[in-house]
Amino acid sequence: METKLKTTTKVNVDHEEHHEEHHELGFIRKYIFSEDHKIIAKQFLITGIFWAVVGGLFSSLFRIQLGFPDLDLSALSPIIGNWLTPQGKIDAEVYLALITMHGTIMVFFVLTAGLSGTFSNFLIPLQVGARDMASGFLNMLSYWFFFLSSIVMFISIFVEGGPASGGWTIYPPLSALPQAVSGSGLGMTFWLISMAFFIVSALLGALNYITTVINLRTEGMTFFRMPLTIWAFFVTAILGVLSFPVLLSAALLLIMDRSFGTSFYLSDIYIAGEALANEGGSAILFQHLFWFLGHPEVYIVILPALGIASEVIATCSRKPIFGYKFMVYSILAIGGLSFVVWAHHMFISGMNPFLGSVFTVLTLIIAVPSAIKAFNYIATLWRGNIIFTPAMLFSIGLVSTFISGGVTGIFLGNSALDINLHDTYFVVAHFHIVMGVSAFFGLFAGVYHWFPKMFGRMMNNGLGYIHFWLTFIGSYLVFFPLHYIGMAGFPRRYYSFSTFQAGNIESFVDLNVFVSYAALITFAAQFILLFNFFYSMFRGKKASENPWRSNTLEWTTPVNPGHGNWVGPIPKVERWAYDYSKTGSKEDFIPQNIPYSKTPESNLPDDDQH
Amino acid sequence: MNLILFISAILFLLIIFQLFRSSELLAITDKEKKFSSFNDKLNNLNAIGGIIFLLLLIVGLVWYSVAEYDNYVLPIASEHGHVTERLFWVTTAVTAFVFIVTQIVMFYFAYKYKFSEKRKAQFYPENIKLELIWTIIPAIVLTVLIGWGLIVWGEITGPPPEDPEVIEVVGYQFAWASRYPGKDNKLGSYNYKLIDVDNIVGIDFTDSASFDDFMPREIHVPKGKPVLFKIRSRDVIHSVYMPYMRSQMNAVPGMPTQFWFVPTKTTEEIREETGNPDFNYEILCNKICGRAHFSMKHTVIVQEEYEYLEWKKSQKPWIEKNPEYLSKIQVKNNFQKLSLRD
Repeated sequence: METKLKTTTKVNVDHEEHHEEHHELGFIRKYIFSEDHKIIAKQFLITGIFWAVVGGLFSSLFRIQLGFPDLDLSALSPIIGNWLTPQGKIDAEVYLALITMHGTIMVFFVLTAGLSGTFSNFLIPLQVGARDMASGFLNMLSYWFFFLSSIVMFISIFVEGGPASGGWTIYPPLSALPQAVSGSGLGMTFWLISMAFFIVSALLGALNYITTVINLRTEGMTFFRMPLTIWAFFVTAILGVLSFPVLLSAALLLIMDRSFGTSFYLSDIYIAGEALANEGGSAILFQHLFWFLGHPEVYIVILPALGIASEVIATCSRKPIFGYKFMVYSILAIGGLSFVVWAHHMFISGMNPFLGSVFTVLTLIIAVPSAIKAFNYIATLWRGNIIFTPAMLFSIGLVSTFISGGVTGIFLGNSALDINLHDTYFVVAHFHIVMGVSAFFGLFAGVYHWFPKMFGRMMNNGLGYIHFWLTFIGSYLVFFPLHYIGMAGFPRRYYSFSTFQAGNIESFVDLNVFVSYAALITFAAQFILLFNFFYSMFRGKKASENPWRSNTLEWTTPVNPGHGNWVGPIPKVERWAYDYSKTGSKEDFIPQNIPYSKTPESNLPDDDQH
Repeated sequence: MNLILFISAILFLLIIFQLFRSSELLAITDKEKKFSSFNDKLNNLNAIGGIIFLLLLIVGLVWYSVAEYDNYVLPIASEHGHVTERLFWVTTAVTAFVFIVTQIVMFYFAYKYKFSEKRKAQFYPENIKLELIWTIIPAIVLTVLIGWGLIVWGEITGPPPEDPEVIEVVGYQFAWASRYPGKDNKLGSYNYKLIDVDNIVGIDFTDSASFDDFMPREIHVPKGKPVLFKIRSRDVIHSVYMPYMRSQMNAVPGMPTQFWFVPTKTTEEIREETGNPDFNYEILCNKICGRAHFSMKHTVIVQEEYEYLEWKKSQKPWIEKNPEYLSKIQVKNNFQKLSLRD
């Protein structure tokens, strides 16, 4: 850390000599309570990495339980002693806590804060041509609320009764009644407090992203010249602003039910030998509120990943992204529709079947813009000149998994088919591939691609390739078999299938062992990335200003941009972001800040209209 | 065995290390190359890797889907199960086609258009006609699938045919209970405040319809007749899931739900079909409900109608089997009006 900090400081000092309006900041204001979007992005990234490791460890533990239910884990008892039964097996309630925390951590702390927090923060000012976010102070608060939220969530793992264990969707009454499961005691209280802070963080971040994109674009950066990354982050932020408050209200009502005796979600309950006084509440109400966030949330997770893939695929194919305008319209359509599909999570919740019909129609409409995006990525590869950087490989992998996971959505979105597939492993396979793996691939692509801009050094390509192939093949081996297990009627969130009679259980014992091996190996492969990341931060090859020969504005900044990003005036934008391999041009890329007047040889008749 | 594993792990790590070292060196030597850290051979290898992956994916998918068909496709034991299954396989055909074609095209393009010094990428930013084609065709296909699905869904969730067998199914941590309406074909009313150790579903005996209600240990249903489950929960959300019947509905405290189906295979028949003489249909809990969620199940026995009717006749009302509960209740007006003592 020391070395890196010193180099950055030095560059910052150099840069600030040119800028009288900046005064030298102390270490704390510069690296800890920083208002520089680039530092905040790195803070989100590092915290996200920490959570990804925790989330991955949890999944390894429950995969061990599912694959090797008879294994004696007593050897681990110094670390996780109170999670084990006397026989050295993972306790049944701990199992539920593990899946709950795995879901919460991965969806919110890694793929929302870690992905959006990192790349929206890092790229929005750099790519729209702004010195920083609209409000550096709110941006700083956004990270520190996330940090606070992280601390509370982390502590919840160790509180009495264990962390929340009602599934990441925390449906009441299970999550409302400590009598129902021990994780619904103190652990759940911590979960709710943590999520409240998380939502504050997400809102502060999102408001900043929206304001910055609308107000701080540099001269010439019209909306239709913005790179697709920015479009994706922009729409993601809007989704966050509109949907996270609903989760907050859902959580607040749940807090009231838990602690103040209200009956928003509770009614007619007899538990632990006692009939509760609550009457008139609706358990379904919570599901409506939760999924009103929950569904946009999956697009909050996947859109930034798709945005990153758009940028990387265009750059590394040396071709303009195919159908830029259709890509933008697709993002907007997905964003809009994502608000009216939530109840497809609730087809068999007992809500009116007619409502189910409406949501089936709306859900399958959203498949169209998603399909357009996938086709456009493939068309971008056509007649490209493809350079397989690790980022490019992960982007192609993303398109592959986005399709594999996307098509199974056509089953689950169709209410008639959902009857039998709901809450089975088929669902687990679907959403892990389409939003888990794809979004992680987007995150990886982003890290590999923008590492040189973040740290001024290159990551190691060889390790990147190994990391990609192990992760890509591993992910397919982990999640594809789960479709079959789901079709055979295996419910998710089962601690053990030893009492199970459906199907030919024996044949799936082998498959579960196989999946567990694949999961453990794939998780282990992530340490190649971690090594590469931290090693390259200090010892990687020094990066050039524009190592990928890319068009977007961030590559016009110095190798280690200081606070304020550009030395001298902010470049003016003269064209869209995708003039790669333009016919007639000598180079295979023309950065956004090069005016048409300098490229007469490659100009097209309607170029000035772009 | 362990030794072999250990040695191969070490070898694997060594390979990774070597690759890491060599690409570090390469990165230093190819400074004159324009694209940072670009290496032609590795680029080709990655392109070939895509093709190998593609082959493995398709071969693996086809092989497993064919070889294990009998394991992952459960026999269908309800009328609507055949209908949804048809929709399922048509959807599978459509999506598998799209999936395989797009993967082939993508990895083929990635291979074919891998970097070459001799070529330049073609500047080809858009083609409105193509965009419209791949907007409209998926839209049409989806419309067909949705339309079909909605018709099926409407039938399944619509009102049951006349005169179904009504059975109350109640979920609680961590078991299921069932209640039959008895001779009068009417389920007596219930109240969750009446639940206790004996009266586990809270039958309300102020309702005279309750007196002939019986609660068997297992659910029995007749083959070929519509069966209507009246579903509720005592504590948290559960879900009545019967994979062989292709049926599922949540059990929600405070909000009764229902699901109807027509069983088509008796337990005897399915035992023969699966070759498992101990086989039983089960209701599985399919909504996370706490510690023993995974073992919360209930046996369902499908019988020929005449067997079912005989079984039903032999069942004694719950109140007859729990005479001590009677003493808790004050009897008035020839069993017509009853009230609780306390």
